[in-house]
Amino acid sequence: MSIFRSLVKKEALHIVRDTRTMVITLLMPIVLLLLFGFAISTEVNDVRVVAVVDQHTDETRDILQRLRVNEYFTFQGLCSPEDVYELLRSGKTDAALFLKTDQGVLKSQIIVDASNTNTAQTATAYIRGLIGGRSAKSPVLTSTLYNPQLKSAYNFVPGILGMIFILICAIMTSVSIVREKETGTMSLLLVSPVKPQTIILGKLVPYFLLSCVILAVMLLMAYTVLDLPFSASAISVIVVSLLYIILSLSIGLMVSTIVDTQLTALIVSAVMFMLPVIMLSGMIFPVDNMPVVLQWISNIIPARWYIEAMRKLMVQQLDFSYILKDVLILSVMTIVLLASSIAKFKSSTK
Amino acid sequence: MSPAIDISGVTQRYGTLTALDNVCFQVERGEMFGLIGPDGSGKSTLYRILATLLAPDSGTATVCGLDTVKDYSELRTVIGYMPEKFSLYQDLSVSENLKFFASLFGVSVKENYDIIAPVFAQLERFPNRRAGALSGGMKQKLALSCALIHRPEILLLDEPTTGVDAVSRSEFWDMLSTLREKGITILVSTSYMDEANRCERIALIDKGKILRVNTPDGLVTGLDENLYNASSSSMFELLTKLRQLPEVEDCYTFGATLHVVGRKGFNPVAVRDRLRYEGLSDVEVYPAKGDIEDLFIKLTR
Repeated sequence: MSIFRSLVKKEALHIVRDTRTMVITLLMPIVLLLLFGFAISTEVNDVRVVAVVDQHTDETRDILQRLRVNEYFTFQGLCSPEDVYELLRSGKTDAALFLKTDQGVLKSQIIVDASNTNTAQTATAYIRGLIGGRSAKSPVLTSTLYNPQLKSAYNFVPGILGMIFILICAIMTSVSIVREKETGTMSLLLVSPVKPQTIILGKLVPYFLLSCVILAVMLLMAYTVLDLPFSASAISVIVVSLLYIILSLSIGLMVSTIVDTQLTALIVSAVMFMLPVIMLSGMIFPVDNMPVVLQWISNIIPARWYIEAMRKLMVQQLDFSYILKDVLILSVMTIVLLASSIAKFKSSTK
Repeated sequence: MSPAIDISGVTQRYGTLTALDNVCFQVERGEMFGLIGPDGSGKSTLYRILATLLAPDSGTATVCGLDTVKDYSELRTVIGYMPEKFSLYQDLSVSENLKFFASLFGVSVKENYDIIAPVFAQLERFPNRRAGALSGGMKQKLALSCALIHRPEILLLDEPTTGVDAVSRSEFWDMLSTLREKGITILVSTSYMDEANRCERIALIDKGKILRVNTPDGLVTGLDENLYNASSSSMFELLTKLRQLPEVEDCYTFGATLHVVGRKGFNPVAVRDRLRYEGLSDVEVYPAKGDIEDLFIKLTR
């Protein structure tokens, strides 16, 4: 036990003494959360709208009134149909709403600047929602469940968690193990009577603890600063996250058994694990929108299942029974990776 | 009692490269044994096999009667291995490094301090300095202390003096002598031929083959017979001319002079006169004392 303790202590010293990495590791999750939570938002605020009304009726007045008071819109007033295109072209407005009353029936048309598809789609949806239910014969009632305000923080928190743990566990662990290979200290560890599994554990435990600290900080921020709804599902969130942390550690271990230099460890972890997490896990781009081949690939990306589970837990507030499939897949991945990398590590030592 | 190290028929290949080719030799208990050979001759591979890090393709090696493959876990406690690069944790301090390696073997620095005392004495003054901030000589001493802390019976030192200044190198060999007096068997490798004389017995290794095993004196006896120094102000011309002479078997630069290996009937005076006649007016040719380097060149030609 004392051997294990000194292994952990030594690794902890490595982490703490590398001040720069330490600061980055602790600050990055916080900065990312704040960035994605507040600055980089896909919600659309202040859509500038002009309206073209050919005949003022109670109905049109009502719609315009609602445009004015709605905080998502900046109503820029009425204008003539000829000016609309010029206003859109010069970027002075984002959307134009045409309201035409024909024989007592209101017809509407939305013209929107779609140079930013995201803004355009959202703006269109907003305006439709605003006039919908008034004029249509069969009103469509949309109710947005789980995230009624469509806050992007809700969407990003699980993604950032999925990314951070790959970063800390996979990249940092693999680099730290490979560094020992590079400097030759790994040979000394292996030549000592210490068992290979003890060496591995001594390497992984400090990073596990570091990840736990970061998990705590991130969840605290998510539930307080970013206002994610707090409920009993938080316990499942922690359980699934711990599983994912262990999985990421196994990835790091796997990488370290394959490569021989710190640089390749960094590149392999970044390209093979970081990029897929960002691009293919559904963190930013929905999996369903990907080409079929990429959808298949996304199946083997652990972060995909983690993020899916986290969304169910954190945003939808569902209980554990809804994420069984994700947890099962993550568990199988963890067991396979951990077992094969330990076997590989052991065989490389003998 | 079994010899400290017994290597028989060890062969190791990396792909098409044969790193070790049927290596056989023995090291007696309490001996300071040198493994001398140029870079890439297979020394480090042999060390990795003895340190149980690598299983040989064929052949067996035992250390203190323990097989490096079968009894590896037991063997690991009796050897102290110091790899080619001073493998220390650069970001840990001197005392942290020492304590860590002691703990790996389940011993305390205190109980075994006597064994490392002669090596560690100079490092005692700055226990809190990071290993990365030490000079080459100090790193070497710390690495040796770390390899010694668990009282190994056998020290495996792989090129411990590479990258260390001349004064520290000499000091280091003195320390090894002290350790040997304490009964520790030492297998030390080096690519510096001049260090060979500090060992009791040496093995010459080149391209994975053991060329000779003997005492340093035993190896060089008989070498002087037809060995001569040659010098001139125009060394290159001298070298070319000497190599063309039928009675010269070999000629190579050796420090500031040339070493000439003559065939039977080589007459230094006649050669000198002839070269002077050919225009090299300041040529001198006189008997030389052969050393390990001459032997090495002779064996590898």
